[in-house]
Amino acid sequence: MSRVAEFIFRRRGRSGWHWTDVFTWVWLIGGLFIMFGPAVWLVGSSFKSPAALAEFPPTIMPYVTQKATVEGYDKPLDLYEVTMPDGSKTVLAEVRRIGIVSQMVSPDKPTEIVKVKIAERTPVRTMSFATSNYSEPFTHFDFVRYLWNSVFVTVTATLITLIVNSMAAFALSKYEFRGRTFAMLLILATLMVPLSVIMVPLYSIVSALGLFNNLWGVILPTVATPTGVFILRQYMLTIPDELIDAARMDKASEWQIYWRIILPLTAPALAVLAIFSVVWRWNDFLWPLIVLSRKELYTLQVGLSIYSGELNVQWHFILAMTVVTMIPVVLVFIFLQRFITTGIAGTGLK
Amino acid sequence: MKADVPKGTGSSLGEAAMAPVRLAMAAIDAPLRWVQRRLGIGGMATFFLLPNMLIFGVFVLLPFFINFAYSMTGGTALFLPDRSFVGGEQYARLFDCANYTDPNSCAEDTFWTAVGNTAWFVLLQVSLMILFSLITALILNRELMARSFWRAVFFFPVLLSPVVVGLIWKWILQRQGLLNFGLYGLGFDPYTWLNDRNWSFAATVGVSIWAHMGFYTLILLAGLQAIPKDLYEAAEMDGTRPARAFWRITLPLLMPNLLVVIVLVLIRAVQIFDEVYVLTGGGPGTSTLYITQYIYETGFATQLRNPGLAAAASILMGAVLVVLTLVQLGLGRKGEKKGARK
Repeated sequence: MSRVAEFIFRRRGRSGWHWTDVFTWVWLIGGLFIMFGPAVWLVGSSFKSPAALAEFPPTIMPYVTQKATVEGYDKPLDLYEVTMPDGSKTVLAEVRRIGIVSQMVSPDKPTEIVKVKIAERTPVRTMSFATSNYSEPFTHFDFVRYLWNSVFVTVTATLITLIVNSMAAFALSKYEFRGRTFAMLLILATLMVPLSVIMVPLYSIVSALGLFNNLWGVILPTVATPTGVFILRQYMLTIPDELIDAARMDKASEWQIYWRIILPLTAPALAVLAIFSVVWRWNDFLWPLIVLSRKELYTLQVGLSIYSGELNVQWHFILAMTVVTMIPVVLVFIFLQRFITTGIAGTGLK
Repeated sequence: MKADVPKGTGSSLGEAAMAPVRLAMAAIDAPLRWVQRRLGIGGMATFFLLPNMLIFGVFVLLPFFINFAYSMTGGTALFLPDRSFVGGEQYARLFDCANYTDPNSCAEDTFWTAVGNTAWFVLLQVSLMILFSLITALILNRELMARSFWRAVFFFPVLLSPVVVGLIWKWILQRQGLLNFGLYGLGFDPYTWLNDRNWSFAATVGVSIWAHMGFYTLILLAGLQAIPKDLYEAAEMDGTRPARAFWRITLPLLMPNLLVVIVLVLIRAVQIFDEVYVLTGGGPGTSTLYITQYIYETGFATQLRNPGLAAAASILMGAVLVVLTLVQLGLGRKGEKKGARK
């Protein structure tokens, strides 16, 4: 046991706890709570009923007050555990509350009303997961449509990004032509032109092309990403030119060389770009917010933000939809994190 | 990175799925051979570059240039030919101020409020972001058990969408939220943090750091791991104290990465929009209204939209960003010369 502890809390130097060791563990454990806590709280809250969400102080787990149907009453009544004057405890159902006095009936004897001070009763609660928070948006709202729009935008934009940028990277890495450096510089220079700078004229161009309120208006402006060309070109430069020369001898067309030789060899870099592209396009917000004004075209991000900005926010649905929106990215995080972290460390590009 | 020949082939299912794609590619090969005969092998470079350049041209370069034209026109019309030329009037309006430190004395007071807010935000967010990610990177660079787990902990929020980030924190900071729950346990009354001007500003700073810190930590960690270990061993043998080793070895060798990170954080902080828009919507009042939201609302969202004014403001922001990017490129080149990876 002590050897395990020694391994876990490996310290600087040989003896005693240096202050940096204490600080390290305080920082790490604190970080664990601050980084994961909010997301865990979100997921936990998303299973609570609207009544439980309005409670303060909130409970960690989702609870609901038990109800019982009592003869003579239309609606199910809330059950409470009541301390009777003689000190015994019974379970009664509340009919109505007037000030600090509650009128209650026993489920067994529905006719006899008992008056109880509200301080002397506690609700009977059981843990219950409000899965209707998830199922209802899927059936009653446009949620499925938003989901579909987001999936369509993400998949289409990623496919086009891969094809268009790999073609450009191929031209820029394997051909000698006049203006090659200029084209490369031009592409890199656009890193300086973020969306927030050109959104007004871009909006007019997209409108002029008839792409306003059209998912293609969301997709097309994003697909020619300088980052993509940059990553792919760097990778293609490492592919030996002899392979291409040999293929040309065998009468392969340039298209075949691109498609049959270059693309398969660039697969690792394409995978990195595909992962990035999926995360980018899934998370895009400002541009879809500008281009899409019709409800049925909203992506998940736009739909979520619009619904959450409404006057009476239905938090139970918002929370559940937020969790669903998180899922693809969390999956990417769990399974593909390695690719992303090496991609960032290698290029410094997000 | 090195190109390897991919090992093994896909499953038979994957092969079957690829069959139509193969067929399509084979089908377009014939017309492309004809194109190749017309253009020559060198000319095919143009063909490969064309789709990318076309999209670039239409959706990045063209808007970039007509943005200048926009900023010199007035009225509410969307398309450039319908707009009237007003010269530098929009810029004059943005800069029409009796006293630049007091937004209320300006003709376009929301613009100056947004500029002031953004300046404060950038100052606070950038310095705290650098501090926190540097500390985290230094800690993750120590001999830790399960280092990749701890790295993942801090990296996790980076991938979340800004909307999700905004909603998570809106939920935590609201009246029945987790923060008030924690404070209630300590004996405090619940408080509506996002209705308070100062607290909501602090929330936008904190939340944006929470969401992006892991990204910069990762870049700094890569820089730390590139520092040769024998330098520290030599320092230890000479009896150098750890604090001195940090100032004399770690910091100077990390400097190229650190400078790049500082500029990256700056560039992104100036453009902050998404998570703030969801979290506070710029409010309460205009206390968290930042420059991108000002451009968005002036150009699109308000009743009296004014694309010309929005374009002028966006060009001013663009100028700041260009300067910052050039600084970054300069620093990156300097870093490369020293053999450090950008």
